[in-house]
Amino acid sequence: MNSAASLLNPERPPAFCAGCSHQNVLVALDKAFQNMGLTGPQICMVSDIGCSGLFDTFFRTHAMHGLHGRALTYATGIKLAQPDLNVVVTMGDGGLGIGGAHLLSACRRNLDLTLLVLNNFNFGMTGGQYSATTPPDASVGSGFLNRLERPLEVSEVVSAAGAPFVATRSGYDSDLVETFQRAIAFKGFSVVEIQGLCTGRYTRRNKLTPKMIQEKLAAKGGPDGEIAASQREEYASAYRRESAELKKPTLPEGFAPIFPKPISERAEVMVLGAAGMRIQTAGEVLGIAGLLSGLRVTQKSSYPITVLRGMSVTELILDPEEVDYTGSYAPGLIMALAPEGVNYSRKVIAAAGESTTIIRAEGVDIPDSKAKVISVDFKAKGLKQVDWALASLAVMAKIPHILNQKVLRAALEQRFKGKVLDASLAVVDKITE
Amino acid sequence: MTALFPAQRRAWDTIEGKGIMTMGMTLMEGNEAVAWGALAAGCRFFAGYPITPATSILSTMQGILPPVGGIVVQGEDEIASTGYCLGASMAGMKAMTATSGPGISLYSEHISFAIAAEIPLVIVNVQRLGPSTGSATRGADGDVQFMRWGNSGGIPIICLAPVDIKDCYQLTAHAFNLAEEFRTPVFVASNKEIGMTRDSVDLSTLELPKPIDRLGPEQGRDYLPFRPLPGKDIPGFAPIGGPVISRQTSSTHGEQGYITIIPDEIGEVVERLQRKINSQADRLAIYELDEEESAEQLLITYGVTTRAARVAVRNLRAKGEKVSHLTLKTLWPVPRKVISQAAAKVKQVLVVEMNTGQYVREVLQVVRDKPVNFFGLMSGRLISPAEIVKACKKETHHE
Repeated sequence: MNSAASLLNPERPPAFCAGCSHQNVLVALDKAFQNMGLTGPQICMVSDIGCSGLFDTFFRTHAMHGLHGRALTYATGIKLAQPDLNVVVTMGDGGLGIGGAHLLSACRRNLDLTLLVLNNFNFGMTGGQYSATTPPDASVGSGFLNRLERPLEVSEVVSAAGAPFVATRSGYDSDLVETFQRAIAFKGFSVVEIQGLCTGRYTRRNKLTPKMIQEKLAAKGGPDGEIAASQREEYASAYRRESAELKKPTLPEGFAPIFPKPISERAEVMVLGAAGMRIQTAGEVLGIAGLLSGLRVTQKSSYPITVLRGMSVTELILDPEEVDYTGSYAPGLIMALAPEGVNYSRKVIAAAGESTTIIRAEGVDIPDSKAKVISVDFKAKGLKQVDWALASLAVMAKIPHILNQKVLRAALEQRFKGKVLDASLAVVDKITE
Repeated sequence: MTALFPAQRRAWDTIEGKGIMTMGMTLMEGNEAVAWGALAAGCRFFAGYPITPATSILSTMQGILPPVGGIVVQGEDEIASTGYCLGASMAGMKAMTATSGPGISLYSEHISFAIAAEIPLVIVNVQRLGPSTGSATRGADGDVQFMRWGNSGGIPIICLAPVDIKDCYQLTAHAFNLAEEFRTPVFVASNKEIGMTRDSVDLSTLELPKPIDRLGPEQGRDYLPFRPLPGKDIPGFAPIGGPVISRQTSSTHGEQGYITIIPDEIGEVVERLQRKINSQADRLAIYELDEEESAEQLLITYGVTTRAARVAVRNLRAKGEKVSHLTLKTLWPVPRKVISQAAAKVKQVLVVEMNTGQYVREVLQVVRDKPVNFFGLMSGRLISPAEIVKACKKETHHE
């Protein structure tokens, strides 16, 4: 393999504390790039906050340096947009903690990124506070707090989250360069944790030597590269594969007006029901009927977050002109189909005047009002509750106002196909026969 | 709308070979129209986190972007979603995200990043009733100042406010162009009452501005990521991953994109970030002015409230009241000239908003020689035309 030139930035020489193991990682990473024959434009260094956040400035590569813990998110966007770029992320144990959700997502996603976690067991830059990896028995700048929490084992967490390539090294290991090369060459999300010394803070109060790190790692064992059980298709290539099979989007087809405008003034319709009564669908059918009649239409829906329980309400405005105010003045037509929806709108019903018509399902109590009430025994007509909203449109079509039979049937033909259409037309027949 | 953005082509021309016949109107949520507008403007990257009332932007984008080679990612949270967008935008893609108030709160750090590092990004805020998690299914315009000032440093952004579904489509396309031209985050300040209300529309008949792409590096000179182009306040853009090495940083930086602590260098960049937007306020002003001869009062609204205000103005005029109506579709930068010119012709101004009084603060800064009154509502329902009529009359009778 031809070695390329060093990618270290001659104008920005490394500026780590004397004895800081970040220096070793920097040199090893540069060597790995060289051994792989990579040039500056082929790499993007994405760095986090803290001392590991200086990495991008020391290389002559593409670079993005952002907010604390978020480096993996920028790297993800970059890699998805530039699939051939080698994207290497550096973060410390601080970024690991604050960016925990992003770390887990990156492991689960398996996008082809290389993450180097430069773990030096404390927040060096801000004064040696404890981090997610600080041992309980360490003496750091956080009083007794680190004694109360259990440190996070990086390799265990990322392995459990599904990272397919995981290795842990000391910043002084002789195979650092080779390990970085393996991680960068790996087609998928690779994590290398490098444990090292923070000479500026941590080792001033705690005894930690390269040898101690190496012995601890040797005793612990753990994954060293590819994890067989987590091998799977890389995210971006899977994304392209899935996308390639999708149909190109087309704008939703419109409904050409084929019927004369039935009204000369704005009309409001409210359908008050319960979850599972296809209230919203009936509203949509009415909306389509309006469009087929050359009207402008707005539709608003209300239902609780538990979509399978409780009230379901839809409000339509049909207007021969542009709908301006989308709120309700006073609905001319109210379908009272279930107590849930009626209770939600009691005030509106009670305030209804003589010009309002209420289509009430037999058995549903409604507040007293001046409105004209048409009671329909849907049950007696052999209709199940799920069809009452649609059936109430058929009742509405009997009143010569917004809807008639022809328009309703045409709207159903636009909205439904096949068996569903036949069933919906059968519902209408039961009302009209 | 001002003639600033000449309509140059039909929207649908952007998608190759997909000419469409005008067949009639369809029923569509404002949120869906935002997504189609984004697609037509060249958006090819979207990341978002589900949140009512913005979710249908995410789901519509999921349906329409991947099939044309675009990418949609559902982030693990809102911070990640904007982070993905910033990465993709820096790598050269036109990116958008969408959320509501609680999400804007989480976007804050990345809004600041996008401002500081001049990363084009469209942010759709389908506003819902706050404070805090508030009401997911109730509308409000309560984030108007939050969007402007919710970044560390207080540097200006651009914010457009749709009135209806057509605006959702067209202003989103404008937002992309502005993000590209100015290399800044651009907000589309929608509202649950627009985003989640289905409206009749035929998008294929609506005209869109010609898509604009961010300008590339200056020819014949070494590339410095933050050196303004000659005669401009905006640096040329070289994508991360391209042949020219591009550096990006959220830290205070000089032209080379390296952290700097030199006050003169910092001051120059901060000054430029403000100037690049504020100096263009007149050109950026999108508005509708419905002026009446010798009107005594000027009604100022934006967003969905404009629709009730139009009815109110009609009703007032029918009763012989003289009132003009200004609808602001650019909220930030404040269209000062438009406001002051419209206000100059009347005796008093009334600002009506779906909040407790946010944009009226800006109008008060501009109109200093006559009464500026306010009517607002923040209770989870629309302001009605009758309430606006009442507010107009009340203020008129003050004199």
